[in-house]
Amino acid sequence: MNDGSPTTVPPTALIGVQLRWWEKYKFWLIAAALLVVLPHIPGLSSGYGRSLLSQMGITAVFALSFNLLLGQTGLLSFGHAVYFGLGAYAAIHLLRAVNGGLPIPIPLVPLAGAAAGLVFGIIFGSVTTKKAGTIFALITLGVVELVYAASFMLHGIFGGDEGVSANRTGGPRLLGLTFGPQIQIYYVIAFWAFVSAVLMYAFMRTPVGRLCNAVRDNPERAEFIGYNPQRVRFIVFAVAGMFAGLAGGLLAINYEIVSAESVGALRSAQVLLAAYIGGIGHFIGPIIGAAVLVWLQVNLSDYTSAWLLYFGLFFMAVVLFAPGGLAGLIMMHAPIVRTRAFWGVLASYAVALVPAAIMLVGAVLLIEMNYRLSTQPELGARMKLFWVDLDAATPWPWVTAVVLLAAGFYVFRKTWRFVAAAWTRALDEAKARFAGGTSP
Amino acid sequence: MRKNFGPTSIIRGVSLAVHKGERHAIIGPNGAGKSTLFNLISGRFAPSSGSIKLKGREIAGLPAYQINRRGLSRSFQVTNIFPRLSVYENIRCAVLWSLGHRYSFWRSADKLRDANELTEKTLEQIKMAARRHTPAGVLTYAEQRALEIGITIASGADVLMLDEPTAGMSRSETENAVELIRSVSRGKTLVVVEHDMGVVFNLADRISVLVYGEIIATDVPARIRENQAVQAAYLGTA
Repeated sequence: MNDGSPTTVPPTALIGVQLRWWEKYKFWLIAAALLVVLPHIPGLSSGYGRSLLSQMGITAVFALSFNLLLGQTGLLSFGHAVYFGLGAYAAIHLLRAVNGGLPIPIPLVPLAGAAAGLVFGIIFGSVTTKKAGTIFALITLGVVELVYAASFMLHGIFGGDEGVSANRTGGPRLLGLTFGPQIQIYYVIAFWAFVSAVLMYAFMRTPVGRLCNAVRDNPERAEFIGYNPQRVRFIVFAVAGMFAGLAGGLLAINYEIVSAESVGALRSAQVLLAAYIGGIGHFIGPIIGAAVLVWLQVNLSDYTSAWLLYFGLFFMAVVLFAPGGLAGLIMMHAPIVRTRAFWGVLASYAVALVPAAIMLVGAVLLIEMNYRLSTQPELGARMKLFWVDLDAATPWPWVTAVVLLAAGFYVFRKTWRFVAAAWTRALDEAKARFAGGTSP
Repeated sequence: MRKNFGPTSIIRGVSLAVHKGERHAIIGPNGAGKSTLFNLISGRFAPSSGSIKLKGREIAGLPAYQINRRGLSRSFQVTNIFPRLSVYENIRCAVLWSLGHRYSFWRSADKLRDANELTEKTLEQIKMAARRHTPAGVLTYAEQRALEIGITIASGADVLMLDEPTAGMSRSETENAVELIRSVSRGKTLVVVEHDMGVVFNLADRISVLVYGEIIATDVPARIRENQAVQAAYLGTA
């Protein structure tokens, strides 16, 4: 709103307009700049890094679309991968047609995924969104099993065990691009990821998007202000299906192969975990969650075969101790970030981090030794953990691990007092500053 | 406007006609079925039989949102708001349908001039403009009651039904609430359920007395006060 506009225009007005524009869109501009720069940052500029970033982009779109349901409308879906996977299949079949001579540029192929996601979102959504809550969750579980089972019956469409593959370089050249190198596909993914994020954010600002929040909070009252909650759920479900389908389409051009696992319950659970770990209460949460999930998936699995166990424990820790997710943890610091006592808070974190790390080392030792002895006994009891050779058949590594875990836990509990005290100081300072700032 | 009820187990043959533009209070002892009557008229439950007419058109059994779209808006005895949305969003959600924005997903709600102006006006009316950014769930009880009325009136519905709008309020809060109700119901049809007799006799043009699922009298306040049956059944025992 532009009230209190001056009658004469001062020379700084133009700068003011530009500043307001910057203020309004700065997060999007920074995000766009990051997307452009990231694949050239050392460490990410390798083929590995770019493929990692591409996967993160795909998962971020998928997780954002999932959060339209869970975080924004309060709909817990156990079958969101149906729209992701069917979108992926639609895109891979279009890509095959392009290989066969259909003149469609590769960057537009993911849109076939979006169309399929929308169509199946409308078809299945008209059934699932009749109810909310537990019934909705159970029906989505039924749909995901149905589609997964069907994928093995309809061999021609789903390709059975091998899946369906195509070639992304076999399309018409666009500006001389072949879309063979990972960097070119990365930019296609980054472009669609950015566009989807902007569109999903904008969707939440529209009347029906606002009503999604209202239906989440109180579906009954929504009826008494003229809205049919069922219709609101149906619309958001179809929109979420469309963006999930677009993410699937991106998967198709990234991997050039789609198999039945992409429509399954496991993939549906993963997106739930990603959104929740990132934080369903903040728009950016699912993006953070997607990045963390993909990073852990790719990296942790190199070091340990027990990575799913760690991931599960991590998820449980977030649910129990940080229900707002990682985004919630970050946003929690917003009120105190400008206080001087904030440095005290950071220092207290550093102090608490030492016993926490010791506790973690103890836990990892126990898990790894147990995992080796119980699931891979053929590899023997000798192993190398944290750069130390040890023998899990002798008692000493076990004693050490238990001592580290217990001592770390004990000291960690003690350091928590420092953290609490530092927080109190920072909050007091922030409150004093706020009160001072609002007085005339 | 006519509303006729057939028998249900709690509402046992109610026949009630509310005139256009009047302030009509429904009183009665606890358990008489006042809230049930409200729920039947507003579409929260469907009546087992009988007919309900709003502006001459049958609305019995319609879902609540369709009754609301025909210009009947109600509040609740137990505060029924959108707790995680800000005060501003609570009101803005309530104005969208009647302004024709419906399920629009191609325009930002921030750019809908009419919706934002009507929201501002409603916030002024319920004196909540200073609390616009506060999440509704953390408001005080009296503020939540005011917001409850705000959500009900925001759409500009011409038939308002308020279910115990002053329940649980202090003396001064009640006076403020009555002033608010008086101002927002100007030129509209108001049906109000209320336990506070001061409020009822102060506000109502006509009063209906509901006892055990039956209307035993409908009249102007002065004659309700003198009615023998009412005194025996309700005022005498209260």
